[in-house]
Amino acid sequence: MADSALQNIPSVYEPSLFGTYSKKIGMWLFLLSDTLTFGALLYAYSYGRISTPDWPTPFHSESIINATIMTAFLLTSSLTMVLAVRASVHRDAKLQTIWLLATMLCGTGFIVLHGREWSTLIAEGLSLPMFPKVPHHEVAAEFANVSKTVPQFAATFFGLTGMHMLHVTLGVIYLGVVALRRKFIPILLVLWLVAWLGTPAYSPFHYGAHILLIAAIVCGIILWLKPKVYDSSDVEVAGLYWHFVDLVWMFIFPLVYLMSAKILH
Amino acid sequence: MDTFQQALAEQVAEQHRHHGKALFFYVWGALLAMTAIEVYLTYQSMQPVKMLAILLGLSFIKAALIIGYFMHLKYEVSRMKWLTMCSVVACLILMTIFFFPDAKRIIDLGVK
Repeated sequence: MADSALQNIPSVYEPSLFGTYSKKIGMWLFLLSDTLTFGALLYAYSYGRISTPDWPTPFHSESIINATIMTAFLLTSSLTMVLAVRASVHRDAKLQTIWLLATMLCGTGFIVLHGREWSTLIAEGLSLPMFPKVPHHEVAAEFANVSKTVPQFAATFFGLTGMHMLHVTLGVIYLGVVALRRKFIPILLVLWLVAWLGTPAYSPFHYGAHILLIAAIVCGIILWLKPKVYDSSDVEVAGLYWHFVDLVWMFIFPLVYLMSAKILH
Repeated sequence: MDTFQQALAEQVAEQHRHHGKALFFYVWGALLAMTAIEVYLTYQSMQPVKMLAILLGLSFIKAALIIGYFMHLKYEVSRMKWLTMCSVVACLILMTIFFFPDAKRIIDLGVK
């Protein structure tokens, strides 16, 4: 039905091959290419997992509970996102903003929990050469030899989950711009200052926080050059990106966390 | 946005207006339930390969629910569905064919 209905729109242009507007097709094409980026990272992690006999299983029940709550946050954020899209197509601007803010809140909860987990692992001794040393911290027994014998564990774990965390962060910023437009820029700058000054100098989040500053500058330029009121098509396209971030986590959670859980009998 | 793009966007919005809210809550509930099953299975004594197969199976079902209902692909035109899904699945199959036999070969060689 949709196929034939969408061909009947009068225009000087050719009918849309995919029966939808070009912004949405552009986002789908980007998501397909991003699937391959995450596919490559997931395959690299799985390759290491299969080919290494002494693969570490560092995730205690606390880590699994933490990751399960993170999953619940992302799944709930996807629900609030579809409700935001629904509100936007019904032209209910107030409800649309409320659901977008709820989605951002769930996304921020995910980032905070993930950041806390990273900090714990780094303090226990699971680290990368590029991360500064944590002062006055003993390396946990289970990580004492990991960096020497299985360096690919930390590299693939931080690479994969870091790339995902970056996508979630950019997703929250994207939704913030769609929901609040110019009003979001000062909020973003405050968040940057809190993240930068509130984390110790040895934390990767201390210098990672500058992503928020870069994003604030880029968003400021975009909103200054092309100020607009975002309509339902913009909310839907932002939703596609957000659901994709959720979708990727559905593979990271079982492959990285559940398959490397420390089971104590 | 030109008139044609606006007309398309309005037609897509019209499709969205016909979807009930309850469906999204059912999908969300199913996704949470499958996540709970995954966590439960982790703490059962199971062969890693068998567990991996079940976890991946559940992950693919969850992915299909997210793509189909939340990302709205179920309601897109068939060309869009087939072209997007076939291209990405083909790439992932190619990666599987090349990577996994090699990873298994290394462990079979007994490399430490």
